[in-house]
Amino acid sequence: MGNRTIKVETLTRVEGEGGLYVRLKSGAVDEVRLEIYEPPRLFEALLRGRPLEDAPDITARICGICPVAYQMSSVHALEAALEVKISPEIRRLRRLLYCGEWIESHGLHMHLLHAPDFLGFDSGLEMAKQFPEEINRGLRLKKHGNQLLEVLGGRAIHPVNVCVGGFYRLPKRDDFQKLIPDLEWGLQAALETTHWVARFEYPDFEVNACDYVSLWHPDEYPMNEGVMKSSRGDTIDIADYEQEFEERQVPHSTALHAIRKSTGKPYLLGPLARVNLNRDKLSESAKQLADEIGWETPCYNPHKAIIARGLELIHAYEEVLMILRGEHPRGNVREAYDYQSGEGRAATEAPRGTLYHRYVIDDEGKIVEAHIVPPTSQNQAQIESDLKQWIGQIISDNEAETARKCENLVRSYDPCISCSTHFLKVKIDRS
Amino acid sequence: MSKPTLAVFKFASCDGCQLALLDAEDQLLAVAGAINIVNFPEASSRMESGPYDIALVEGSITTPRDAERIQQIRRDARYLITIGACATAGGIQALRNWGDTAEFMRAVYATPEYIQVLDNSTPIAEHVSVDFELRGCPINQHQLIEVIQSLLAGQVPRTPRHSVCLDCKRRGTVCVTVAQGIACLGPVTQSGCHAICPSYNRGCYGCYGPAAQPNLISLSTHAINAGDSGTQTAHRLRNFNAYATPFREESQRLKNQSEEEA
Repeated sequence: MGNRTIKVETLTRVEGEGGLYVRLKSGAVDEVRLEIYEPPRLFEALLRGRPLEDAPDITARICGICPVAYQMSSVHALEAALEVKISPEIRRLRRLLYCGEWIESHGLHMHLLHAPDFLGFDSGLEMAKQFPEEINRGLRLKKHGNQLLEVLGGRAIHPVNVCVGGFYRLPKRDDFQKLIPDLEWGLQAALETTHWVARFEYPDFEVNACDYVSLWHPDEYPMNEGVMKSSRGDTIDIADYEQEFEERQVPHSTALHAIRKSTGKPYLLGPLARVNLNRDKLSESAKQLADEIGWETPCYNPHKAIIARGLELIHAYEEVLMILRGEHPRGNVREAYDYQSGEGRAATEAPRGTLYHRYVIDDEGKIVEAHIVPPTSQNQAQIESDLKQWIGQIISDNEAETARKCENLVRSYDPCISCSTHFLKVKIDRS
Repeated sequence: MSKPTLAVFKFASCDGCQLALLDAEDQLLAVAGAINIVNFPEASSRMESGPYDIALVEGSITTPRDAERIQQIRRDARYLITIGACATAGGIQALRNWGDTAEFMRAVYATPEYIQVLDNSTPIAEHVSVDFELRGCPINQHQLIEVIQSLLAGQVPRTPRHSVCLDCKRRGTVCVTVAQGIACLGPVTQSGCHAICPSYNRGCYGCYGPAAQPNLISLSTHAINAGDSGTQTAHRLRNFNAYATPFREESQRLKNQSEEEA
């Protein structure tokens, strides 16, 4: 043993680019760094001076995997600044769009990116030879998410229909209705997939005292609005987000690290946090399946996030079906507004966790200041802390095996590095 | 005969264009069967070094390291195909080419010295020769599959260069500019998206970059006569393809004009 470094130059099956560096001193973990070398794109700076209407389309380009999240947080924040109230119909359609993104993103991550780790494959594509039914099911689930995004958003990647105030156009009832038979099949498939992943063999690993944080709403599973809740039991209003969650810059990353000011410690966002804090708000079938598989809440094993994604996948299907079977929205789906200077904040739940936006606007409708806090950069410090604990448990003389296990853990968070640049290779240093 | 090899590389970008490949759900397994995907970090832990038959490159060049990295990829690739607005035109991050990048860095990072960036975001073709440029923000997955199939068949890939206007006519979409006075980049923007935006009751915002021989001055004049300011008209061109030559020159002309008037 002794001193050595373990490096993973390029973390794979994650969105965006980064690496991992681990330094061991006398056989003990000395330092763990997620190295994010995704080049910065400086969105907050280039939004200044732009018409506020540009924000949903420009910020969508931060991430091709979760553009809807960027569109949702930006329009809600700008509507707060403009004091625009949206109708219940618009609110429902926004949840529908978000469900589409959750289905696409969770379907992709569960089947093509994460499942290969449990079954010993390099990729979902290679897994397809031995598990054709599961991979084809995953592709079909992913496609349902994309179809919803296409009908309501115009296209799956960087949808065009979202605007400040609502939507440019209300899709036709028939275009929604013809999705229902496929979505009914999809709900059953989501239940099967979640049963399937729940039977995987999970490493015996529990994170010490992890602080889970997500949006919380009294009446629904968190998505577009609410307050921040944590597993420590406290509540933070969105207006106080930046007072509690602080971003710090570290030399090894183009992403900013986040900690909670009240504890000085990192925290974790995402599906595991959401399910831990909102299990009672899941849809009926998701709740029932959680009971059947004996899901314990809170769950402190990050490897099991794939099961949390499955529960959310089921929830998303049920919510979509409920909305589509309900009354089709009528009339105006775009609220008018007048320009006024002001400041607005919003947090919504991206597939990977809470995404916070704040804008200052002037009375001519221009963006004066933009502040964006993506989920993966908030999770980075917690991921490093979890890795430190994990490496202590799994370290061996087999460098490749140690690096592979580190990568497995990192993938369980579904990090989105493109977003956070503002992430993955694994290096282990035994100095 | 062994199957042709394909590798995917990422530079400054959102990952959306390579996601388009994974989004081709119905063809994905067939494509993966016909070619050997040897380097696609977003989808696979299998990472082999070159040479590659086809290299798909997403993203723009924004750091000194990336300016070096693209040179090796060019040496390793038989065909280098750039995918998306970032790789073909510099992307939305090329807006900094008109700003002060050092100031932008200070606005986002407390200690910008930790991070090395170039002043400009530039397309791949400014650094190495490119065999085919596939436009779009995001690219159209059908066009991507077509380009890969053409190369496999030994044919030169082709994508239409006509404007979005023609696609609106084909779809039977009523012109949003003529009927509602909504500003639209359709007349000067290349086809590829099937004219989605006008069918959603909004103007085209230029995702596929300049069409063949775009008459930009005419379109700007129309917008300004309809009551838009030069700055508004310039902002419309300064989107995901802002640094594509025709859009860049026209937005610059409009900005200069606005400044002279002021």
